[in-house]
Amino acid sequence: MSEQPKIKVAPVRKSIEVRVPQARAFDVFTAGFGRWWPKTHHVAAVDMKDAVIEPRVGGRWYEVGEDGSQCEWGRVLAWEPPAHLRLSWHLNGKFQYDNDVESEVDIYFIAENANVTRVELEHRIMAPDAEALRAGVDSSGGWSVLLESFAKEAAA
Amino acid sequence: MAYKTAFTALADPTRREVFEQLRKGPSSVGEIARHLPVSRPAVSQHLKVLKEAGLVQDEPKGTARIYRIDPKGLAAIRAWLDRFWDDALETFKAEAEKPRSTDKENP
Repeated sequence: MSEQPKIKVAPVRKSIEVRVPQARAFDVFTAGFGRWWPKTHHVAAVDMKDAVIEPRVGGRWYEVGEDGSQCEWGRVLAWEPPAHLRLSWHLNGKFQYDNDVESEVDIYFIAENANVTRVELEHRIMAPDAEALRAGVDSSGGWSVLLESFAKEAAA
Repeated sequence: MAYKTAFTALADPTRREVFEQLRKGPSSVGEIARHLPVSRPAVSQHLKVLKEAGLVQDEPKGTARIYRIDPKGLAAIRAWLDRFWDDALETFKAEAEKPRSTDKENP
């Protein structure tokens, strides 16, 4: 088994209703990303000016700093307008970009009716810290499973 | 933030083994050291880090201290993301429901 030890916690799930059509919700979420993403939540050392999701599978999503520098957060894994978006978020425990860390965000846009869209989000965190991966040679099978149920219980 | 400390603490493989031992049940330093190729002082040091990270709790029992997992520590990053997405989705909703004339606004 080449599987590396991973620390898992129960996925974060969110649901919110927005009073706009499905296509509009998807468009604002993606094309309008820099307009709504909280500017307080960014990765780079410089202040954030804008944030971008590239509209294609394999595209990047990244922040643009006040000085024009770019800081990548991850990749677009699924691009299915206007219904679904999946992003990888390479974020480690130090809030830094790290390509080894697997975290995925699924966002579904579900048309409740012509004018109301329910947005459902699931964020799965599979390896919160790259150091844990690099250090990891100990692979006790039940680790992630047990930790997950443990985290679920803790969060209940 | 608390979650950083928790994950930094678990990045050490020996410390994870100590943590693993505690998942089997509350233990003293001596009991943990018996199951691992690690000295008692080293186990104590690892437990101190785990405790500071909010991952374990301890209580005195006779002359020993009994350590147990603190369920709140590991959930810290999850709790942080939980709050984070609440905030982010609220600002998304506000932006989406703005009148359409502001679509191309780019301050």
